[in-house]
Amino acid sequence: MSSQDIPEENLPAEQSAGHNEHVHGAVGVADEKNPFADPGLPPHEHRVQDIDERAAKRSERAVAFLFTLSMLATVGFIASYVAIPADKSIFVFPIGHLSALNFALGLTLGTALFTIGAGAVHWARTLMSDVEVADERHPIAASPEVRAKVHADFRQGAKESALGRRKLIRNTLFGAVALVPLSGVVLLRDLGPLPEDKLRHTLWAKGKLLVNMNTNEPLRPSDVAVGSLTFAKPEGLEEHDEDFQNEIAKAALMIVRLQPDNIKDKRELEWSHEGIVAYSKICTHVGCPISLYEQQTHHVLCPCHQSTFDLSDGARVIFGPAGHALPQLRIGVSDEGYLQALGDFEEPVGPAFWERG
Amino acid sequence: MSTTENHDSAVTRERGKAPAGERIADWADGRLGIYSLAKSNMRKIFPDHWSFMLGEVCMYSFIIIILTGVYLTLFFHPSMTEVEYHGSYVPLQGQLMSEAFSSTLHISFDVRGGLLIRQIHHWAALIFLAGMFVHMMRVFFTGAFRKPREVNWLFGFLLFVLGMFTGFTGYSLPDDLLSGTGVRFTQGAILSMPIVGTYISMFLFGGEFPGHDFVARFYSIHILLLPGIMLGLMVGHLILVFYHKHTQFAGPGKSNKNVVGMPLLPVYMAKAGGFFFLVFGVIAAIAAVAQINPIWAMGPYRPDQVSTGAQPDWYMGFAEGLIRFMPGWEINLWGHTLVLGVFIPLVLFGVVLAALALYPFIEAWITGDKREHHILDRPRNAPTRTALGVAWVTMYMITLVGGGNDLWATHFHLSINTITWFVRIFFFVGPVIAYIATKRICLGLQRRDKDKVLHGRETGTIKRLPHGEFIEIHEPLSQEQLHTLTAHEQYEPAAIGATVDENGVERKVTGKEKLRAKISGAYFGEDQQIPKPTVEEYKEITSGHGHH
Amino acid sequence: MKKLSARRRHPLAALVVLLLALACTGGLYAAFAPASKAQADDSAQSLTIDEGKKLYAVGCASCHGTGGQGTSDGPSLVGVGAAAVDFQVGTGRMPAATSQGPQVVKKKNIYTQAEIDQLAAYISSLGSGPAVPTKAEYGPEGADIAKGGELFRTNCAQCHNFTGKGGALTKGKFAPTLEDVDPKHLYEAMQTGPQNMPSFPDTTLSEQNKKDIIAYLHAVNSSDTDNPGGLELGGVGPVSEGLFAWIFGLGALIAVAVWVAARTAKAKKS
Repeated sequence: MSSQDIPEENLPAEQSAGHNEHVHGAVGVADEKNPFADPGLPPHEHRVQDIDERAAKRSERAVAFLFTLSMLATVGFIASYVAIPADKSIFVFPIGHLSALNFALGLTLGTALFTIGAGAVHWARTLMSDVEVADERHPIAASPEVRAKVHADFRQGAKESALGRRKLIRNTLFGAVALVPLSGVVLLRDLGPLPEDKLRHTLWAKGKLLVNMNTNEPLRPSDVAVGSLTFAKPEGLEEHDEDFQNEIAKAALMIVRLQPDNIKDKRELEWSHEGIVAYSKICTHVGCPISLYEQQTHHVLCPCHQSTFDLSDGARVIFGPAGHALPQLRIGVSDEGYLQALGDFEEPVGPAFWERG
Repeated sequence: MSTTENHDSAVTRERGKAPAGERIADWADGRLGIYSLAKSNMRKIFPDHWSFMLGEVCMYSFIIIILTGVYLTLFFHPSMTEVEYHGSYVPLQGQLMSEAFSSTLHISFDVRGGLLIRQIHHWAALIFLAGMFVHMMRVFFTGAFRKPREVNWLFGFLLFVLGMFTGFTGYSLPDDLLSGTGVRFTQGAILSMPIVGTYISMFLFGGEFPGHDFVARFYSIHILLLPGIMLGLMVGHLILVFYHKHTQFAGPGKSNKNVVGMPLLPVYMAKAGGFFFLVFGVIAAIAAVAQINPIWAMGPYRPDQVSTGAQPDWYMGFAEGLIRFMPGWEINLWGHTLVLGVFIPLVLFGVVLAALALYPFIEAWITGDKREHHILDRPRNAPTRTALGVAWVTMYMITLVGGGNDLWATHFHLSINTITWFVRIFFFVGPVIAYIATKRICLGLQRRDKDKVLHGRETGTIKRLPHGEFIEIHEPLSQEQLHTLTAHEQYEPAAIGATVDENGVERKVTGKEKLRAKISGAYFGEDQQIPKPTVEEYKEITSGHGHH
Repeated sequence: MKKLSARRRHPLAALVVLLLALACTGGLYAAFAPASKAQADDSAQSLTIDEGKKLYAVGCASCHGTGGQGTSDGPSLVGVGAAAVDFQVGTGRMPAATSQGPQVVKKKNIYTQAEIDQLAAYISSLGSGPAVPTKAEYGPEGADIAKGGELFRTNCAQCHNFTGKGGALTKGKFAPTLEDVDPKHLYEAMQTGPQNMPSFPDTTLSEQNKKDIIAYLHAVNSSDTDNPGGLELGGVGPVSEGLFAWIFGLGALIAVAVWVAARTAKAKKS
């Protein structure tokens, strides 16, 4: 021990009584890198429970009490399950109106579990031995002999297999093993159809009436007031239809009416009817139904990622992560005076994709 | 050898005389060799520290999730067939919805205790991920990822990432308006991938969004594929923890060659076993008092409906943040669209996580240290690592803020645009500030430690010396404290090796070598750490000033 | 005609007939009531408008102009109707504070209902607009809560959240919470579209639709709404749930872990 380097009063031998008496475990050596020697594990000190049997008895009773509480809570759980109807609502301050059954079951289950844990931990902390023990560590890496043996064994095995020498076997084996997973990959083909031009078309077509989502009636221009917001679907699409979800995901339409002189974009004005403009409700960012329309600013905001479009200016993006304007649907009026589409959207609706162009 | 002897003696004993437990154990040992296994593990030592129990929080919440998840599968119908609801929740009666949604309503309102199990499942999932995050940060900031634990760091990392995706697929299953919006976002993000995006989307959803397949597909991913892999990883993670033996903080009697603590049997059996019940109990109590994911309030998914405040669960919040603050860049060339506004966040998502996964290997390369490390670093004693870690966490937190920008806007009366701009700027600036501040704080703490070692602990007692000067009495530290405060290692910056070998032949210094020397200088160079007090310094001060 | 015949078979038709009958009875009673009272009513009406005009001159004219024609500080009120006045003044939004943020917010209403009615009468006299709805229009009778939910999710949730907890709009504007908002005001807001909220006129969101929405809101977002699972945590979704899981979930578990791992108190050295 190079104890000369250490101030005298800090030498293990100079430590106050009680420090040096029970030094166990390895004592480190002070050196250039570790200037202060490791004095070793401090001596074990007794807990109240170790020296006072009455305190130990108290701990025992506390643990037993917790386990008993757990049993009672489980009885309470079963009783709540049987006695409380599923739809009973109670008021609990400060939580509010909640399901009595959920509340009772959760609290009894929670208590039953927590007290088992609390009992076990209290037992461990106060009654089981708390003497700290040191365990030796061994290097993870094998000794050089073991290493050499394994390498030699491997080389011998490899040599005996002659994999290196008989190249034909090796190469065909690699080939076979590399190819066989392809069967699995091929089997994934029918997970779905090819994209083709599915993302380019919606149900909208020339002459399709704009049907109000709320009333399920076709819209007339007079129904749509300036400053109002209306959502529409193509005529013929009903909620009970098999592919309603897929179709509405592309065809959902947002209709607002602007004062024609407020429309800044020339094409928008051309495609509108008396200031009524119809835009895709599906955000061009990642496809949320965008529709937070501010009727004074004519901005429409997406609630998911805050892309903001200016409906008075060709639905141009003015803020947020969307990359291009909302597609506009060209509308007109049918012979019966209803609003109708004059064709499908001219560009794909919804999020952009590689083939969109 | 002693086990075989014991075994033999047990066998030679007359049958039936040994206690039943012992006989069963003998039987099992003859077939499974459990005694050899128990020999080294039954009295395995575990050090006591609260932060070493974070991993247990994760493991137990994972077990709770599996238990409650199995129960939920008994009632959940992973089908997107549209049905009309006629259950007991009045505000949805007569509405069209998928079977998945209606069976979740059934679990919530008509299966007694179903709501509790659902809530335990979901709360436990949030806590599982939060626990993994904190556990990982503990391991990071204490340097527990160093050799020989790099592989276990990767196992843990994979558990975290897979946990995120398991959570996400589970969140999507009820097919409610909120989760459907999240799925739509995922589909949009997939579409943004160059060349393969549309194909992957079509294959994943069985056609166009939403299609009729994704709930069933996510279901098998959520209940079988991902948890299966995670279970395997978790077992591997635990085996490695046992095999490596737990790390410990420096202290008297604790060295790199031992582990000091309490034995598995009985103390940790009771403490760790009991902790499972404590975790389960706390989560059950939370599920009793706090509502989570009230899908009945959100309604069934329809791709043309949405609600404001549409966010994913917290662990996906950082992806949400990335996508929210990204500017809308889109490049159209030669008939193709490169959707950078979505694709960059998607890539960043992977990069941010990969940085975390690879850090141990980067640090090992910089230090060039090939030794095993079982003594943990105090974060202050590895200032550059700590500063990098805090910078990463800052960036993560800023993206989380970005992910909830609409809620901060309404709750703190701010403009959503201002918050988004703040996040855009601080995504870059924040980590830099955090890095600088953390490093300075670490160095300050190191200086304080050094002062403490050299001058002792400030007692707060003021003494007046005969000549009128006031001094504060400093109490010298005990040998234990001195040792603990100086036990950490300090690296020397890596220098570029001799450029001329023994034969006088000049060799070329590679760029890699230069880079390493540069980074190493930033880690361990001058002013990047406070040199530990030396024995000489200590002697000089203690003899010079005497004891106050 | 087709529309009418379709509606005649509607399950709610009987209710509508009943309400019509009640209205007619009331009207008949009014018609046969002593003539002096009717005259009084007439003069009362013009008196109301006069009173309203006075109130208008004091509280509103500085921004909206002396004749309600609007100025640079406030929009024209010609044709906004009594419903708009009842909403804006009844919720305390009008008169607005002189220095306002991104939008005019709800505050304590300083007028009595009678004064609001007088103001409304005056504004209606400037140009016709939507009238203040009657209890029969916004009351819960005959409402379909589930249909209201669907309509709410289509038309309202994008700004006001699933159950009307409110949400953010651009540049500091926001859609306010709808918790315990007077059904009459809900109805008027849909009808008139205050500030940046778009309007939902009867032609696109029928009276019945509005009634359904109001009933749905009462069911899911009022002080007696049930939250079976316990604490609602603001009803804003995963952000508050995540915060709760971190602070109270993980927080509690770490507190427990500290207890589990802590050394037991030692006996005092004697």
